[in-house]
Amino acid sequence: MQQQSNRFFFNVDWVTILIYLALCIIGWVNIYSADYNPDKVAEFSFAADYGKQLIFIITGLILGLTILLLDGKFFSVFAPIIYGGTMVLLVAVLLVGKNIGGNQAWIQIGSFSLQPSEFAKFGTALLLARYISTFNVKLNSLRPVLICAAIIILPMFLIMLQPDAGSTLVFLSFMFPLYREGLPGSLLLMFWGMVLLFIVNLFFSPLVLISSILLLGGLFIYNNKKKQQKMITIGLITLAAIAYLFVAKFIFNNVLLKHQRDRIELILGMKTDRKGVGYNVIQSKTAIGAGQFVGRGFRQGTQTKLDYVPAKKTDFIFSILGEEWGFIGCSVVLGLYVFLLLRVINMAERQRSAFSRVYGYSMACIIFFHVFINIGMAIGIVPVIGIPLPLISYGGTSLWSFTILIFIFLKLDSNRMGFI
Amino acid sequence: MDQLFNRKYIIQGLIVLIALILLGKLFYIQIASDKYFINANNNALRKIYIYPARGVILDRNHKILAQNQPTYDLLVTPNQVKPFDTLSLCQIIGIDMVEFRKKLHKATVQSRSQASIFQKLLSVETYAALQEKMYNYQGFYVQKRTIRYYPDSIAGQFLGYMQEVTPREIEKYGGYYRLQDYIGRAGIEKSYEEILRGNKGVTYMLYNAKNVAQGSYANGKLDSMAKSGEQLISTIDSRIQKLGEQLLANKVGSVVAIEPSTGEVLAFVSSPGYDPNKLVGSNFSKNYKEIWANPYHPLIVRPIQGNYSPGSAFKPLDALIALSEGVVDVNTTFNCPGYYIAGNRRVKCEHVDGNISLRRGLARSCNTYFWNIFQRLITKNGYKNQRTTYEDWQNKVRKFGIGDTLGLDFPGEKAYKLFRKADYDRMHGKYWGYSTILSVGIGQGEISTTPLQMANIMAIIANRGYYIKPHIVKGIGNSNKIDPKYTVKHSVGIDGRYFEQVIDGMEDAVNQSWGTATESRLQNIIMCGKTGTVQNNRGKNHSVFIGFAPRVNPKIAIAVIIENGGYGGTYAAPIASYLTEKYLTDSLSGRYINGASIKQYMDDNLLPALKTAERPAKLKNKADSLKADSVKSKGKTPPANRATSTANRQSPNAIRQTPIANRPTPTANRQPPAAHATAKQ
Repeated sequence: MQQQSNRFFFNVDWVTILIYLALCIIGWVNIYSADYNPDKVAEFSFAADYGKQLIFIITGLILGLTILLLDGKFFSVFAPIIYGGTMVLLVAVLLVGKNIGGNQAWIQIGSFSLQPSEFAKFGTALLLARYISTFNVKLNSLRPVLICAAIIILPMFLIMLQPDAGSTLVFLSFMFPLYREGLPGSLLLMFWGMVLLFIVNLFFSPLVLISSILLLGGLFIYNNKKKQQKMITIGLITLAAIAYLFVAKFIFNNVLLKHQRDRIELILGMKTDRKGVGYNVIQSKTAIGAGQFVGRGFRQGTQTKLDYVPAKKTDFIFSILGEEWGFIGCSVVLGLYVFLLLRVINMAERQRSAFSRVYGYSMACIIFFHVFINIGMAIGIVPVIGIPLPLISYGGTSLWSFTILIFIFLKLDSNRMGFI
Repeated sequence: MDQLFNRKYIIQGLIVLIALILLGKLFYIQIASDKYFINANNNALRKIYIYPARGVILDRNHKILAQNQPTYDLLVTPNQVKPFDTLSLCQIIGIDMVEFRKKLHKATVQSRSQASIFQKLLSVETYAALQEKMYNYQGFYVQKRTIRYYPDSIAGQFLGYMQEVTPREIEKYGGYYRLQDYIGRAGIEKSYEEILRGNKGVTYMLYNAKNVAQGSYANGKLDSMAKSGEQLISTIDSRIQKLGEQLLANKVGSVVAIEPSTGEVLAFVSSPGYDPNKLVGSNFSKNYKEIWANPYHPLIVRPIQGNYSPGSAFKPLDALIALSEGVVDVNTTFNCPGYYIAGNRRVKCEHVDGNISLRRGLARSCNTYFWNIFQRLITKNGYKNQRTTYEDWQNKVRKFGIGDTLGLDFPGEKAYKLFRKADYDRMHGKYWGYSTILSVGIGQGEISTTPLQMANIMAIIANRGYYIKPHIVKGIGNSNKIDPKYTVKHSVGIDGRYFEQVIDGMEDAVNQSWGTATESRLQNIIMCGKTGTVQNNRGKNHSVFIGFAPRVNPKIAIAVIIENGGYGGTYAAPIASYLTEKYLTDSLSGRYINGASIKQYMDDNLLPALKTAERPAKLKNKADSLKADSVKSKGKTPPANRATSTANRQSPNAIRQTPIANRPTPTANRQPPAAHATAKQ
């Protein structure tokens, strides 16, 4: 028993835990700064957001420790049940959930609310890992790809109904673990090509686009004029691209909701709107820009503290960091994330089991997606999509879900020797 | 290792790439561009300015010339205005609804969320009435500040006035001023602006997104206290300044008095003047227009901008140079038959003096004598070298402060002219000599000065050979330190004994029965002086007196010019006499000069009726203005003739050849002769 315990602690990756703690503390400091009121310095209140966040961090750590103490096989064995459980929650939230700000995303339990979509992330990651690690599954054939797609699309669909576009998009990050496991790169390229075409489609007239696609297709066909097979494929792709243009236009104009259209147009610079949707971004950029190189200092941010930046403790918490800690603070946080992600991917690669590897990739890519979208929207390079900055944003559900996500992987990693 | 392992690097590479993109954008908004930093401060930080009290201006005896009085500005923050009873507000501040809407619109255009001035300069009474109802007017508030008050209403041009800054001045002074701030625009308020204004205090206040004040920024670390402007102790003596202004009422002219030993300006009268309180507060523009439209141009600061030939007042200087050059001595006499033959010209002069020496020549102001010495001065190196000799001579004259500014600590000082050789060469070619420029020898022609320069010449003679640059401030704050350039003695390079010889003549001019300046005589005090009767192209001669007193250890040097006042003895000398008496004895004996009391001198009106309504178009050019006035007055006969009353007066000067009865002096406001006949008994 004693020996086993020592081995357990030896095997846990302490570096990851330190980064985890560092990010939690950085988050807490920024939330404290936003709450700080010079007139009420003395009292430490657990009713205030910084007090609650401290409780979330502590309970999160207990949660993490619990996960580490569970049996290593627990997650692979129970993956389908956990996935099923989170799907049930996603359905439940649509029926009995609480509607906050237009999103039916919260289930009220006692005094605090849970956001099932956060838990759906690791549920999906677990099931995906379980499925891919099954003997004989190869992602270069159609059937496994479709099954993987189904596992991912089900929660996306349920979350879309809330509707919560941000959380829905997070599931796109599963593309990368699938890619790692053998999904053909051309599929990914096709996907991003469609995204690019979607954006370009908003800027240029159809005539210009169609003629340039035809020209491009013609060039490729000319290049491959000896290979009939390829010529046919390229011809088909060209025609599909043209058809896609009209579909994309239709989706943008008729399927997307007004505020989603606005946000996309805003971020693409097609519209300027200082008071409406654009206000958040302008204020957030102003706050971050005001930090300059070293920042205004702890608790000295004016934009964030004086409510110029909305949602400053949750989605726009990066603006507090930017204003008070400047470029240095931003670089440090960004560096911590990048270090964490690269390390997790390296750790994933050293796993003997495919389950742990797929799970590790999934977790890294979910965090990566969050970081990129969250910071990107705060500095105005991606549309305003309300998703939290992992471990830093205020909020219990988000903190716990990332804690679970990370600690499951740590558990898997610490057990890597035990799996054959 | 399976072949898919390489895909790890693609994914890791993507993560690093995107992190670098984020970092690049962060670098741009945080370091490369300061737009966001500035915007952030504009968002949340407001500078609240605290205006310091402006420095008080005192006279040399610490009597207040300029002080501050409170006034109130009504400010409005348009986005905080709630519907209210606009009519009542309009009634209190005295505007109509149309104007109200216009002002509110203007403020809204300027900024919705920041306060701007709605109505300026409310009186204390309006403020009191407003304050009672202020709670009704949300979004409006009152800001106190101070404006000038001049308790004695004297020395308008000397003190100057204040006006709102122009964008150019804001730029020039490096951002100290903001729009709607006030700045000294003329006079001492301008030249000592930076001392008088003090320093504004700044409080940085934080405002949240709802425009509600959230307390001070960074615990007030960046805030600064307002620093009051320092008091200025001017050199002016308000007693003689006031008396001077009274004596020059309804006359165009100027008085400058200087304390010779220090160069301090004691009186700085410019007439016609104006009440400095008119150029203060809400009536500024109305009153300014009115003053500007006055045909006699009260805004001209005549002590330093008035352009006058010195006339006979130049003669002492002439004599000094002649003595020091050795072309004459005290015993040299010339014969004055009542005219002077210059080359082949015969120039008439005003009196026949027979054989006359320097002392008597000065006392009698004999033109012939001074033309003779001028001839000797210019021809002393032979007739062929007259032009170069002239150049030497005018350089000596320049040492007396003629032909250049004296560097008064006051804006707008003029140099006026003294011709150099080159100027005459341009005018007459190479063939000119003393006879061509004869008038310069008696202070006419191509020589002109300001009253300040004339007073300064007297200070030089009083000091027997040097002067200290005239200045108007003798102390700043509680210290008596002034610019060291106002303590340096400037020598004119002429030996002291020559001064005594000239002063002898000037003493006689005042104190001997044959003198021309007997009207300036004082009891128990030896005044030395010289009259001038300056011909000019603007009508009647200017009446000029320059002098100093007492002869030993002089305390005051004075120059008085009354435009178109006739002979020097008619107005200038009596006025100088009263002012000197007042300054030296601090009292007035109530004596009569030329049979007229001081009251009568004050009441004399030399101004044709003011016709401000029909202002000729060419009067817009300041330079032409006075000419036009005199043309107008020339055509008219004087409204009254003072000669009628001179019969009753005891003339102290029997020998005097000036035909008193012929002095045409307009005396519109003079009392009937009977009145002062009784007063004399």
